[in-house]
Amino acid sequence: MERIPILKIDDVLLVTIQVDMHDQLALTLQDELTTHIVTARAHGVLIDISALEIVDSFIGRMLSTIAAMARVLDAKTVVVGMQPAVAITLVELGLSLTGVRTALNVDQGMAFLRAASAQGGRHDDRPQV
Amino acid sequence: MQSNGTSKLAEIVRNEPRELLTDWMEQQCAADTLRHDLMNERELREQSQQFLRALSEAAQHDTLTDIRGPAWAAMRELLEHIGSSRATQGFTASETATFVFSLKQPLFARLRRVHGRDADGLAEDIWQTTVLLDALGLYSTEVYQKTREATIARQQEELLELSTPVVKLWDGVLALPLIGTLDSARTQTVMENLLQRIVETGAAIAIIDITGVPLVDTLVAQHLLKTVAAARLMGAECIISGIRPQIAQTIVHLGVELGDVTTKATLADAFAVALQRTGQRLQKI
Repeated sequence: MERIPILKIDDVLLVTIQVDMHDQLALTLQDELTTHIVTARAHGVLIDISALEIVDSFIGRMLSTIAAMARVLDAKTVVVGMQPAVAITLVELGLSLTGVRTALNVDQGMAFLRAASAQGGRHDDRPQV
Repeated sequence: MQSNGTSKLAEIVRNEPRELLTDWMEQQCAADTLRHDLMNERELREQSQQFLRALSEAAQHDTLTDIRGPAWAAMRELLEHIGSSRATQGFTASETATFVFSLKQPLFARLRRVHGRDADGLAEDIWQTTVLLDALGLYSTEVYQKTREATIARQQEELLELSTPVVKLWDGVLALPLIGTLDSARTQTVMENLLQRIVETGAAIAIIDITGVPLVDTLVAQHLLKTVAAARLMGAECIISGIRPQIAQTIVHLGVELGDVTTKATLADAFAVALQRTGQRLQKI
C-alpha cells in the first residue's frame, strides 16, 4: 500500500508529501503520525510540501486537522516550503490555514521548532541535544 | 452589371496608373489632413504607388466585394504596414483613413468619363468603388487602432512592472513600497513578485509600505490582506506601514478588519520591529 514516510530527527518528525493525497492516504498519515508522536515523544512535526504543485481545499483541511491533532498531543506543527503559486491559490480559495505555522524552508522550520521547544520547557527530563 | 463595373475600375487602374497617381497625389497634397511634419511627399508617393499597384492586381483577380479574400492578401499586407507605421508616427485615425478615402475623387472622375451618358452603369460603379474603398479605409483604421492598443497594453505592462519593486532592506527583511492604486491585476503582480522574492532571499519579514497608495477602500484593504495571508502561508510575516492619518480614519470608518496584521505608521517603525523580530539590533557607534 502507498504510504508517506515519517522520518524522526531528534524529537522532530519530518513528513515530506510528494504524491497526490487522497482520502485513504490522508487517514493513514494521520494515524501513523499520531502514533509516532506518542511513541517517539516528539515535540514537533515538520510537514514539507515543497513538491506539491497543487494544493486544494482537501489538503488544506488535512493540514489543519493534522496540526490540531498534534497540538492535542502537545507537539507543534510547521508546514514548510509552500510554492508561491500554491500560496496564491489558497488565498484565492479563502483558505488561510488558520492554526498552522508556516516557514519558508526546512531550516527555518527546524529553528522555529527548536526555539518553541526551548521556550516551552518540555522534555526537561530528557537530555537536550 | 457587376462584372462590367469590376472591369471598368480594373481597367482604369490598369490603363492609366500614372495619371491616376498624379491626380491622387495632388488631391492628397491639397488636403489639410496631410501632415508635412510627419511624412514627406516622396514617402507618400511611394505608398500611393504601392497601393495602386496592389489595387490593380487584386481587381484583376477578384470581384470587388470581399477584401478578406485571398486575392486581396497583398493589399491587406500593405494596409497593415501603412496603418501600423502611421500609428507609430503619430497620425490620427482620420488622417490614416483619409489616405484611402482621398482616392475616391480621382477615381470617380475617371469613371464618369468612361461611362459617358450611362447613368445607371455609373451609379452602380460608383457604389461598388465606394464600398470597396470604404472597406479598405476602415481596414487601415482597424490596423491603426490595433497598433495603438498594443502600444497601450505594453505600456500598462511596463508600468505594472515598474511600480512594484521588492527591495531588500536587511538580512531577512524585504520591503515593498506600493505606489498608486491597487487593483486586482496589480495585486496579483505584487503578490507574485513578493512571494518570489521571499523564496529567493529566504526573508522572514516583509514590510508593505502604502505611503504611496492614494486611497484605501474595502477592496484595496482586501487585496492587502490577501497579500499578507499569502506571505504568511509561505512562512513570512508581513508588516503594513506608511498608514497616513486619513487612511487610518477611513479604514476604521469602513469597518475593515485588519485582523492580527501588524501595522505601523512609518517605514522606520516597521523596520525597527522587523529587526527586533529577526533578533538583530542597530547600534550607534
